[in-house]
Amino acid sequence: MGQTLIDKIWDSHVVYSKPGYPDAFYIDAHFIHEVTSPQAFDGLRKRNIPVFNTKRTHATADHNIPTLNQHLPIKEELSRRQVEMLTKNCKEYGIELYGMGHPFNGIVHIIGPELGITLPGMTIVCGDSHTSTHGAFGTIGFGIGTSQVEQVLATQCILQYKPKKMKIEINGKLKKGVVSKDIILYIISKITASGGTGYFVEYAGETIRNLSMEARMTICNMSIEMGARGGLIAPDEITFDYIKGRKFAPQGDDWDKALAYWKTLHSDPDAVFDKVLQFDAADIEPMITYGTNPGMGMGITKRIPSLGDIDEHDRKSFKKALDYMALEDGIPLLGKPVDYVFFGSCTNARIEDLRMVASFVKGRKKADNVQVWVIPGSKQVEKQAREEGIDTIFEAAGFQLRGPGCSACLGMNEDKIPAGKYCISTSNRNFEGRQGPGARTFLASPLTAAAAAITGKITDVREYL
Amino acid sequence: MQTFQKIISTVVPLSIENIDTDQIIPARFLKATTREGFGKNLFRDWRYENNDENKPRKDFVLNNPLYKGEILVAEKNFGCGSSREHAAWALADYGFRVVVSSFFADIFKNNALNNFILPVTVSDKFLEQIFDEVQKNPKIEVEVDLLEQTIKILSSGQSEQFEINPYKKECLINGYDDIDYLLSLKNKIEEYETINH
Ligand code: SF4
Repeated sequence: MGQTLIDKIWDSHVVYSKPGYPDAFYIDAHFIHEVTSPQAFDGLRKRNIPVFNTKRTHATADHNIPTLNQHLPIKEELSRRQVEMLTKNCKEYGIELYGMGHPFNGIVHIIGPELGITLPGMTIVCGDSHTSTHGAFGTIGFGIGTSQVEQVLATQCILQYKPKKMKIEINGKLKKGVVSKDIILYIISKITASGGTGYFVEYAGETIRNLSMEARMTICNMSIEMGARGGLIAPDEITFDYIKGRKFAPQGDDWDKALAYWKTLHSDPDAVFDKVLQFDAADIEPMITYGTNPGMGMGITKRIPSLGDIDEHDRKSFKKALDYMALEDGIPLLGKPVDYVFFGSCTNARIEDLRMVASFVKGRKKADNVQVWVIPGSKQVEKQAREEGIDTIFEAAGFQLRGPGCSACLGMNEDKIPAGKYCISTSNRNFEGRQGPGARTFLASPLTAAAAAITGKITDVREYL
Repeated sequence: MQTFQKIISTVVPLSIENIDTDQIIPARFLKATTREGFGKNLFRDWRYENNDENKPRKDFVLNNPLYKGEILVAEKNFGCGSSREHAAWALADYGFRVVVSSFFADIFKNNALNNFILPVTVSDKFLEQIFDEVQKNPKIEVEVDLLEQTIKILSSGQSEQFEINPYKKECLINGYDDIDYLLSLKNKIEEYETINH
């Protein structure tokens, strides 16, 4: 029987396995950041043990750093203390840190791929659920808790049971105005926010194969939003082209050797998955969420379901979500005014996303009723945007391009959406209070968010293309 | 060292589905650098009006003096969303040792177990029975027996088996953790590293 890609990578990383026990699973790359690491370092200190492999540990500050005036000390005391703690821990344990202001600084899931640290066939973990992003390169990447961060720091391994395997196949041509964010929001709306629990997902099919690396990252990034541990895509020429020449990517002979191995990384034709789902790209239109979990999404021209159409058992939580959002059931969202537009997060803050937005807003101006924040995923994305003149396009449109960070994706720094306000956001979570206490979030693609920025309301971007 | 065998307690019924870790502990409270003190911000935005500690929301269960105990009972898909272990720390710090639901998100389950909180997955029917019983009488007690892997409503005698993987069960009972186990494999890990990398 053939093997899936997940099996191939998984099996080659099992250090030790004992019946009834989880596998001791080797980690090739471990990313850490300021929020989920301090207690892990504390643990090491208490046990009086060093970091097992500092070369495989990569650190950045991203979750609570300010996005304005990054050259100044952080004003907010608790945030500052957490960032200082990371600096101190990295120094003490000999870990390289791409801290605030460093040319390689940025959101952890953006800098790994960008620097060529993320490579096919790897196992990657981070104390952050969107580690699934790295799966776009054909890696097993997943989020872990702080106790596990401590495990990896201490042993370069974690204990894991092998997950079940799901294949999601998407075929057909995407329609005008539909981008990768719409694909993943569509899939989650179909299988719900818990439909992938217990699984690792391989995305396959012609539609996926035709996507760029950055678009693939957006898809893998949101695997966690359907409850899956992670998602991956078999590497191909598009992957190899993307990696070649990046800072830490293999070179010369090493490159040839690596490439030969990477080419073996695909599911065998007779591999068996525990579950297979198929979707047709032509069925997807630009998507928007209306509720408080990412599964509550719909095509932008659709109406929010009526209470009567919801399964009786789910009505209570459906109503709770709509009450929070201050929306009626059964209504369309088109034309609904928004107050904020947030371009950012590890889902959609790479250079292609900014280019997509820039090409739409070029020559246009934002509506008066909205505030628009553009938070690049990394310092390098910011630099490139400035080099390409994207910053001037944004300025002319009334958008503010800031420094990199997680920002309003989770509202840990001062970039919070005020209570009761509506924000259309390119991030990945629309939970109650995610973007600030009482904030109301609509998740959408960068293109749909760009259209809303120009009109000041929820808009079908296809009317402007 | 913490260990876990059997707990008998009254329960706190939280009849909400899809409770994500942003609700359990909102991101703005993740700035601490120790594991302690998160309990006071557990379910923060559901607990207080306008984020004001002087204005507890009367309709939220943690503010209802009728309900107390070490066992939290919630509707399906508990702990989805962000991987923050702070959610488990907040529950533990508040005093919960068991969470009962019909479905748990993967990462949360792991985080809970690593902090000696037992996630007990029960059938939808049994979950409903607990909610029914506690609605009739807030003082009912529930027994969670890890050795036998059973959960029992003491007033009505209804009970159910639950699953837990044998390794984690051993850890909880004996009070040791994953790092202890992994460190015992150190030679094997070093060997793997030399051969494969
Ligand atoms: S951008 Fe948002 S989802 Fe991504 S790592 Fe930062 S906080 Fe997490």
